[in-house]
Amino acid sequence: MPNLKVNSISRSFGSTRALSNASLVVNKGEIVALMGANGAGKSTLVKILSGVDRPDAGEILWKDRAYAPRNPAEAAQLGIVTVHQSTDVVGVPGLTVADALLLNRFVDGRQPFFLSRRSVRRQAEQILAETGLSLPLDLDFGDLGTADRQLVAIARALSNRAELLIMDEPTASLSIAESRRLYDILLSLKARGLAILFISHRTQDLQALADRVEILRGGSNVGSFTRPIDFDRAIETMIGRSLSAAHPARRTEFGETVFSIRGGKLLPHSKPFDLTLAKGEVVAITGVLGAGKSRLLSAIFGIGALAEGEMQLDGQSYKPAGPADAIGAGIAMAAEDRRRSSLMPSDWPGESIAATISLPHLKRWYPSGFMFSGRELREGANAIGRLGIKAESASASVWSLSGGNQQKVVLARWEAEPSRLLLLDEPFQGVDVGARQDIIDTIRKRSEGATLIATSDAEEAHAVADRVLVMEHHGLRDEIEGQENI
Amino acid sequence: MTDAQQAKGPDSAVANRKGSLQDAIRRSAVFILLALLFVVFTAAQPAFLNINNLMSVLQAVSVVAIIGAGVTVTLAIGGFDLSVGAVAASSVMAASYAMIVLNFGAAATVLLVLAFGAVIGLINALMIVRLKVPDLLATLAMMFLLTGLQLIPTAGRSISVGLILPDGSTATGKYDPLFLMIGRSSLFGVVPLPVVIMLIVAIVLFVLTERTRLGRLLYATGGNEVATRLAGGNTARIKTIAYVVSGMLASLGGIIVAARVGRGDVSSGASLLMDSVAAALIGFAVLGLRRPNVLGTIVGAVFVGVLLNGLTMLNAPYYTQDFIKGAVLAGALALTYGIGANRS
Repeated sequence: MPNLKVNSISRSFGSTRALSNASLVVNKGEIVALMGANGAGKSTLVKILSGVDRPDAGEILWKDRAYAPRNPAEAAQLGIVTVHQSTDVVGVPGLTVADALLLNRFVDGRQPFFLSRRSVRRQAEQILAETGLSLPLDLDFGDLGTADRQLVAIARALSNRAELLIMDEPTASLSIAESRRLYDILLSLKARGLAILFISHRTQDLQALADRVEILRGGSNVGSFTRPIDFDRAIETMIGRSLSAAHPARRTEFGETVFSIRGGKLLPHSKPFDLTLAKGEVVAITGVLGAGKSRLLSAIFGIGALAEGEMQLDGQSYKPAGPADAIGAGIAMAAEDRRRSSLMPSDWPGESIAATISLPHLKRWYPSGFMFSGRELREGANAIGRLGIKAESASASVWSLSGGNQQKVVLARWEAEPSRLLLLDEPFQGVDVGARQDIIDTIRKRSEGATLIATSDAEEAHAVADRVLVMEHHGLRDEIEGQENI
Repeated sequence: MTDAQQAKGPDSAVANRKGSLQDAIRRSAVFILLALLFVVFTAAQPAFLNINNLMSVLQAVSVVAIIGAGVTVTLAIGGFDLSVGAVAASSVMAASYAMIVLNFGAAATVLLVLAFGAVIGLINALMIVRLKVPDLLATLAMMFLLTGLQLIPTAGRSISVGLILPDGSTATGKYDPLFLMIGRSSLFGVVPLPVVIMLIVAIVLFVLTERTRLGRLLYATGGNEVATRLAGGNTARIKTIAYVVSGMLASLGGIIVAARVGRGDVSSGASLLMDSVAAALIGFAVLGLRRPNVLGTIVGAVFVGVLLNGLTMLNAPYYTQDFIKGAVLAGALALTYGIGANRS
């Protein structure tokens, strides 16, 4: 007997049909993965199920009753809880993890007005015992990592008798080990009868968790796969075209050495390493979160410094005093988390595609200081064509784009002008498979300099790079042969 | 979150098409209200539309508009300059002191006072950029400092011709007639010089903020400082420029006040801070931009000026003025944040 039955629901925003006769069934004790490229309607469906949005047509049955929650709180009361990707909102820094676990009970009045530390702790322990999770209850919520914050959200959902857990890209910011821990937890919850619906692009997630994969494209169901799942076919169904060679041919012939580090140390006590990058070469560094990948890229870009070691650019000693210095020397970096590191807020000057691309190049493109010429619009239109960015025009806001297209704009910023070394930190964050291929193609077309990519996803590293390095405890090593096909 | 943004895409595109009329109304709301005020006031009191009256409205708002333009620049970088009122007031005192006590001429006085404003801006920037003091607190401290400082050279007295100095001697200087012309003369006998200065400031600052590289970087710093720095922008220098511009425009406002009243009154400029900040904030609603912008600030200042002038002609008592300003500000902010935000 299905727990949740979505019967051909539709939802339109003006003339755009976000969902068109989409259906979905989730049974008790089943894990269903929802796949779809950006714009396929996944998030609209999740919003409807979690009570944020309502369908225009169609019906939803939850345990054989019509289900139409007016807000997330009502959905949660009925047993459907959504754990969002951003887990910052789960608790408040300054309060303990135990407080965070009970936060919603404080609010809804199920707790007495006066609280004692002991009673809070006792109840939090009880929640953990019931759910079988373990969390450091006395730690400040602010010191908790992303993975544990997610567990707080899950534990809270379960303590409120959730029967369907909806998870939005639960592993997007987790390391491999943390992801595996989450898999174990979710599988044990499934064994206890919980239904789970999750959104993810990562093959590992699907492989480890999904009993069934439902694929949306253009707001409609286009495929359903049950175990054993053929992932290549699932992805092809999702993007609506065949996957070109997933792993590019590795090139071995490159130009002269562009950049090198000799005896580099990221921390005073970490293992020293060497790094050499040649013209035209694409090198990826993988490793878990916190291994030092971002620290290395930042040091090369002049934010922070190496603890030890010498950097050389084109045979000359290179010691950047800051990003401006690095850019002047011909080094470009698209940092991780584009919203924080690259984009202007929406409705603010500089939020257009053209302006996002032009920001580092203003001096070169507008030497007079006046911005009367349409140079940035021309460059923006160029980039739209070159990278296949799906946008109305170069003057459109970056916030009107999907995540994958936003990332293309960020990449376009740094390849709009030639650079000796391009640094990309997590360039595939929140990017769907279709856009990912465009980004990989663009990166691999670069010929005027070297490219260094940091990614915690080994599969991504292999999909883009000529050479893959692994960073562990702030040290760098070559990847061991045979580990390639993860 | 990729999907939320993606979902917003078609969403807002649709809103743009479907709500274009509503959008147009929101964009022009301030102008429509302004036109309405003109109609109502002219119907009630035909003298309102008299060119001399209109010029007196513009003259009355010129100082607030000029100082507000400076505030707008600091808002654009994500900061806030609370010291502008005090800078303008001390500039009045400094100008008077320069001419009456130090026997300076008009040109030297103007240069001295503008330099004074620039130095105050530099000190503000030093506190904010180097010492990392939050903008509001640093400029609040500067406001206090200047409010006190302007009293010290004259031992708390207002400055006018024949001032008796703290050491007992009498000041020998007088106001340079050329200096007084800044506040009292008119172009072609119609347009008061302060209005001309306001227009020049408005045009220069508009071009600077909206059509130059520096303007883009000012807004970029305010929009996302980290991203601006990672794109190679020198955010420390950009912030410093903003505070120096703000300080200089505030001192320019002070010069106009001094030239109009012809004495260094210790209480002058008391309401300048509130009025100029209000103008800048009302400006957010102009054109539905929802951000600091120079054109909006000027329109905001004029809007308040027209309203006060019209109501005064209709015999509204002077003590209702602050209440009216407050109501306009609250309405504009509601338009900016409440109604504007409904769109997305």
